Amino acid sequence: MTALALTAARPQRRPPRYLPLQVMLGFLLVYFLIPFWWVIVNSSKDASGLFGGGSALWFADNVDYWGNLVQLFTFQDGIYARWLVNSALYAVVGGVGATILAATAGYGFAKYRFAGRRSAFAILLGSVMVPATALVIPTFIMFSQLGLTNTIWAVILPTLLNPFGVYLMHVYARDAVPDELIDAARVDGASELRIFVQVALPLLRPAIVTVLLLSVVSSWNNYFLPLAMLSDNRLFPVTVGIGLWQGIASANNAGSTSLWSIIILGSLVSVIPLIIAFLTLQKYWQGGLAIGSLK
Amino acid sequence: MTVDLIEDVPVQTEGRVRSRRGSTARHNLTGWAFLFPFAIVFVAFLVAPLFYALYLSLFQNQMIGGTRFVLFGNYAKAFTDPDFLDGVWFVIRFSIVLIPAQMLVSLAVALVLDIVTTSFARFSRLMIFLPYAIPAVIGALMWGFLYSKSFGPLAEVFGLFGANAPDFLSRDLIFVGLLNIVIWQWAGYYMIILYAALQGIDPNLYEAARIDGANQWQIILRIKIPLIAPALVLILVFALIGTLQFFNEPQILRYLAAGAITADFTPNMYAYQQAFALANYNYGSAISFALGAVVFVCVYIFLFLTRKRGDFLS
Repeated sequence: MTALALTAARPQRRPPRYLPLQVMLGFLLVYFLIPFWWVIVNSSKDASGLFGGGSALWFADNVDYWGNLVQLFTFQDGIYARWLVNSALYAVVGGVGATILAATAGYGFAKYRFAGRRSAFAILLGSVMVPATALVIPTFIMFSQLGLTNTIWAVILPTLLNPFGVYLMHVYARDAVPDELIDAARVDGASELRIFVQVALPLLRPAIVTVLLLSVVSSWNNYFLPLAMLSDNRLFPVTVGIGLWQGIASANNAGSTSLWSIIILGSLVSVIPLIIAFLTLQKYWQGGLAIGSLK
Repeated sequence: MTVDLIEDVPVQTEGRVRSRRGSTARHNLTGWAFLFPFAIVFVAFLVAPLFYALYLSLFQNQMIGGTRFVLFGNYAKAFTDPDFLDGVWFVIRFSIVLIPAQMLVSLAVALVLDIVTTSFARFSRLMIFLPYAIPAVIGALMWGFLYSKSFGPLAEVFGLFGANAPDFLSRDLIFVGLLNIVIWQWAGYYMIILYAALQGIDPNLYEAARIDGANQWQIILRIKIPLIAPALVLILVFALIGTLQFFNEPQILRYLAAGAITADFTPNMYAYQQAFALANYNYGSAISFALGAVVFVCVYIFLFLTRKRGDFLS
């Protein structure tokens, strides 16, 4: 398909501007957006609209976002709002913490030649390849002996670890912070910490935003870790909470058809914050995501 | 690969090296001071759990006789345990199909977006990336809805052509169903990485090639793809690490696809089941550790084989 489109588009470079390619993009767009469309349409329906045999890709006669929203936020004493707050707390605290650690460590690797640097860096790179989920079960057992499971720390502390973030910061800091600038600041008598905060950090901003965004996303989207660590449903992030509802709704299909409306709307509401974050911060991450791959 | 990556430490002039040597001790200290906070987290939440998992995996906890040391008994058990091996075989098959498909899709889209620069193309780029912002759990759920017989649109759409809708939640098609979800979720992210790499290529190269009579295809195959090889290696590594630890999507679809996805569908699900449903922590740890080791070794071998061409770890 691409082959055809490319050859066809070559002769007339301007006027229809790669029409076949754009048509192809249009089809792709439909594919990538259809789940969103389905969720937007179907979160307006009640149980009879969902199961009543109407079109699954169009609104039912009764469009009732408000009614479903009220149901979503009042079901089980409004536990859904709590899940949203928990997700935000875990994502922001974990993400900001991980970014600070990545920025200092990445800068340290990039700008200091200290004993053991090579082996430390080799270990760091090796750790990028360790799958995060392989650590969940042993971390759970460790935490349960320390009495940390089923607390917010059980979710926040492990998300502080982001070796790939350190690697990105290292690559970026190496080129973005000139040695001459650091030396000049030293000559002026600035302390190493002050150089980092006042000279290096502003130059590292694109990498910081990228690592922050990546850490926040991975922690907001995390499922396995909180699923393993938490048993009190008031501590759940929204991913685990919706997973729980979905399990209940699937298990007794007949009795809980009304639960499906709030699961669908709950899914929609839970993705809105990150979509907004990505759309507003696109200037930063579009360049930042390339950091690791340009070298 | 660890050797290569150290080599391109910024080259310093003789003079600077000498002037720095005087303050080596101070440099040692401040260098480590910057690493220190991360190092604590690294030791606490990566090194410690890994070694703890290794330690736990050397024991067995039996109803009668309590905990006893079995050395590699758990691993011997795992590698003869059909439930575990089936899961391993599934993720291997899944990776073999998924990774090329996913890379092809993301590469094709990135190349198209690199050529077409209309505002519609810019809009598409953003929208194709959007699924990355969606939690895997919600993504799997959304597709689960679409696949569902009770409220999905498949019957409707296929009905238009007089065909029967495929059931992607059935035992036969769950492989395809999951494949589709993962491609949908990640292709946009990989596409952005490749697109950014393509944008980093000096356009003068294309001009020069065109003067030499190269057509669009030759430019793609001879210039663009070789120059973004490091980015391709990077996303391949990501995809490999991600797929071998497959958990979220099948775990979520388990309820919707009753019967097609068992509790031991992937190695990670099996480890979860052993640890949390059966409280068999030692065996669960052994599976986790074995999985981690397998992923590590696979990726390491892969990077070793490709280190000449695309050296992402530089």
